[in-house]
Amino acid sequence: MEVSWALLANAVIAGLLLGGFYAAMSVGISISFGMLDVVNIAHPAFIILGSYIAYIVNDRFGYDPIVVSVAASPLFFLLGMVLYRIYYICFERRGQESLRGLAFFFGILFITEVALVLIFGVDYRMVSTLYGDVTWRAGGVDFPMRLVVPFLVSMVMVVGVQLFLTRTFFGRAVLAVAQDQLALRLMGVNPVRVKELAFALSIATAGVAGAFLIVIQPVQPAIGREFIGLVFAVCVLGGMGSILGTLLGAFVLGLAESFTSTFFGPSWAPAVSFGLLLATLAFRPSGILGR
Amino acid sequence: MSNKVFAAAALAVALALAAVTQLIPNDYFFTAAYTVLLFVILATAWNILGGYTGYVNFGSAAFFAIGAYTTVFFYNAFKAPLPVGIVAGTLVAGLAGLGLGYLTLRLRGVFFAIASLALAVVLYIFVVNWDYVGGARGAYVLQPREIPFGLPRYIHLIYAVQLVMAAIALVVARAIEHSTLGRGLAAIRDDELAAECSGVPTLKLKIFSTMVSCALMGMAGTTFPYYLSYIEPSSAFSLSYAVNSIAMPLIGGMMSWMGPLIGAVLLGSVQQLVQVTVSSAWNLLIVGVLLVLFVTLAPNGIMGWVDAWRRRKGR
Amino acid sequence: MAAALLEVEGVTKRFGGFTALESVDFVVQPGERVGLIGPNGSGKSTLVNCIAGTLRNEEGSIRFEGQDIRGHAAHRRIRMGLARSFQIPKPFASMSVLDNLRVPLLYAARKHEKLAAGRIVEEAMRILGEVGLAGRAHAMSGGLTQVDMRKLELARAMAAKPKLLISDEAMAGLSASEVDDILALLFGLKDQGVAVIMIEHVMRAVMKFSERIAVLVAGRKIADGDPQVVVGNADVIKAYLGE
Repeated sequence: MEVSWALLANAVIAGLLLGGFYAAMSVGISISFGMLDVVNIAHPAFIILGSYIAYIVNDRFGYDPIVVSVAASPLFFLLGMVLYRIYYICFERRGQESLRGLAFFFGILFITEVALVLIFGVDYRMVSTLYGDVTWRAGGVDFPMRLVVPFLVSMVMVVGVQLFLTRTFFGRAVLAVAQDQLALRLMGVNPVRVKELAFALSIATAGVAGAFLIVIQPVQPAIGREFIGLVFAVCVLGGMGSILGTLLGAFVLGLAESFTSTFFGPSWAPAVSFGLLLATLAFRPSGILGR
Repeated sequence: MSNKVFAAAALAVALALAAVTQLIPNDYFFTAAYTVLLFVILATAWNILGGYTGYVNFGSAAFFAIGAYTTVFFYNAFKAPLPVGIVAGTLVAGLAGLGLGYLTLRLRGVFFAIASLALAVVLYIFVVNWDYVGGARGAYVLQPREIPFGLPRYIHLIYAVQLVMAAIALVVARAIEHSTLGRGLAAIRDDELAAECSGVPTLKLKIFSTMVSCALMGMAGTTFPYYLSYIEPSSAFSLSYAVNSIAMPLIGGMMSWMGPLIGAVLLGSVQQLVQVTVSSAWNLLIVGVLLVLFVTLAPNGIMGWVDAWRRRKGR
Repeated sequence: MAAALLEVEGVTKRFGGFTALESVDFVVQPGERVGLIGPNGSGKSTLVNCIAGTLRNEEGSIRFEGQDIRGHAAHRRIRMGLARSFQIPKPFASMSVLDNLRVPLLYAARKHEKLAAGRIVEEAMRILGEVGLAGRAHAMSGGLTQVDMRKLELARAMAAKPKLLISDEAMAGLSASEVDDILALLFGLKDQGVAVIMIEHVMRAVMKFSERIAVLVAGRKIADGDPQVVVGNADVIKAYLGE
């Protein structure tokens, strides 16, 4: 295959655009797994749920899916709070979080996927947006709007989360709870409440990321599982719990997948994230930035 | 009861069941029983790593499929008979488990779990793209015309083989549970750091436990291509294996070999009965809901209830 | 001169930018009773973890019975005779007290001391008798009282037939009589020729027990010697009471 400048440039641009979106998908895991140490492998299920909600409203009323998901995010926030409550009462308090917590979230992931199959079937669903078919061209390089718009909103969301965590009292309480729960208690802050709200935030980001997903590609219930490797790979690559790290990890993964897709075919994309995850865990478990 | 005695008893029961059930005229019984037995093996195998050692494997489907596709490969390449396929499938699955374990068991249990799930996804892609074993179209495995032991139909033979394999899985699980190895695994499950500091070579034991567990899961899959004489990826990698291999030990009880057996027989039979009335998607939904209910409310499963009841009676 | 049992030389341990241990030297002779004290956060537990093998020190060497044990996994060290108890007890909660002891008896015993299967229960009961837990042998270990859990921790370490036992704050939060119980237990080890490193904040116990005291402050060893001399040391007093 001829490797032209245009081919390479397109692979790089697509990789970066995807990377931004991957960051949005993974920022929730950085919070729930990286900071709170909750292994929420059901995270992709909420992304897919967000996709389908965006799809329903878009299909019925024609509203832009991203706008819909932002409007729906309080629902996801509440859902996250409820989920954390259950998790805390049944597992974390009893110190059983390892095996049983994992099984619990797997069950949630599973139920969500099967419920979606029952309601919507296994066909791929798409949304229609104003910009979905628009592509800017500059210097032989394509900038498809269906990638650019989610990329831009993703960046806003990720930066927003970072600002929240570092600039607000509550955000800093979240960073603190990851490090020293006792100190937090001594300050009069209830660590459980902090963790509950942080987890809720992570689920809310998942719901919004779901809209990005369905703008970028058609969605069906089973693809949630393909993203588990991806979001955890990004989180580990990024050094677990660092938003900046998540961003870096997401770009690395986006580029790796884009190049794999260009030169080996798109069906191997999930293998890339798996491979990167394994390699990182084997050789540099503290991530790119290395804590 | 010593291991040898139990093994002899298990084999005897298996063969007796195989002989007695030959009298059942309804073929549907054999297909349903085959599936239930498949789950007995899968659940028992999963529990060796899950319940005994405390490490969750989400990729049961991957190892099941490895067993199935190894059989297909050996059939295509060497026209190998079933026993060879079974041994090969078990070994390859065990090696895959060894590989996965070696790469991820030095890290937290979480990463092993995630890696196992990711493995299932990647292996699926790999198989779909591998034409030698049929790829997405699937592969055919011809059932031999002459059926050994004078059995009327091939499904009867497969069912009998499955009975014997279930007995083997139970014997292996029980032997591990009651051995020094089993105590080491239980210590790892209860508190891995304390186990390590009590002299338990945790990494070695974890890798061994993974290998045995994955090998047995592969063994469960080896007869699958012969069951319908056809195999294709979406059924080999079915979500049903992933969720059931966790739900059945959880519901039955994860601390002993009896739990997965009870869970598989109960839940498996219920699913077989329900399957004729509701769609498979509803079936899976129910299993998923049961999984979540049991893990939150009754984490020690049915055997846990039995133990609690026994302790109360003993007072 | 007889070779030291444990030789810690120049051990440094860092966590990212934070130096938990700075060039610590520490020696324990066979059968010796050493107290290790220091304010919270001074690195005592980190030192224990480095010696026991659950943490890797970046610099320095650790020798046990003359052998360099760098790189030895924790389970190898205990088989060599280096046992430790945990500050927060870590029982095998699904097992009875007796079964808890089976684990080290089966796994930590050195080859020439491996017990025949029938003797394991006997030996476990003997050790439980020594620590005063014989009556609770069949109780579930998860439901024990605090002091019983501490005793189980020490019993498990003793079951490994150690030459050196590190007792990590086994007396924290216990009543005076419970402290005496644990103290008696540790004194009993002396009669078996086991060297003990006692890490404690309960000063009366440390003074009573130790032939020698070492003091860690902010990752550095600032004193090491006769107990009376050490507690009179101005730096030590300053470290505990502040300026």
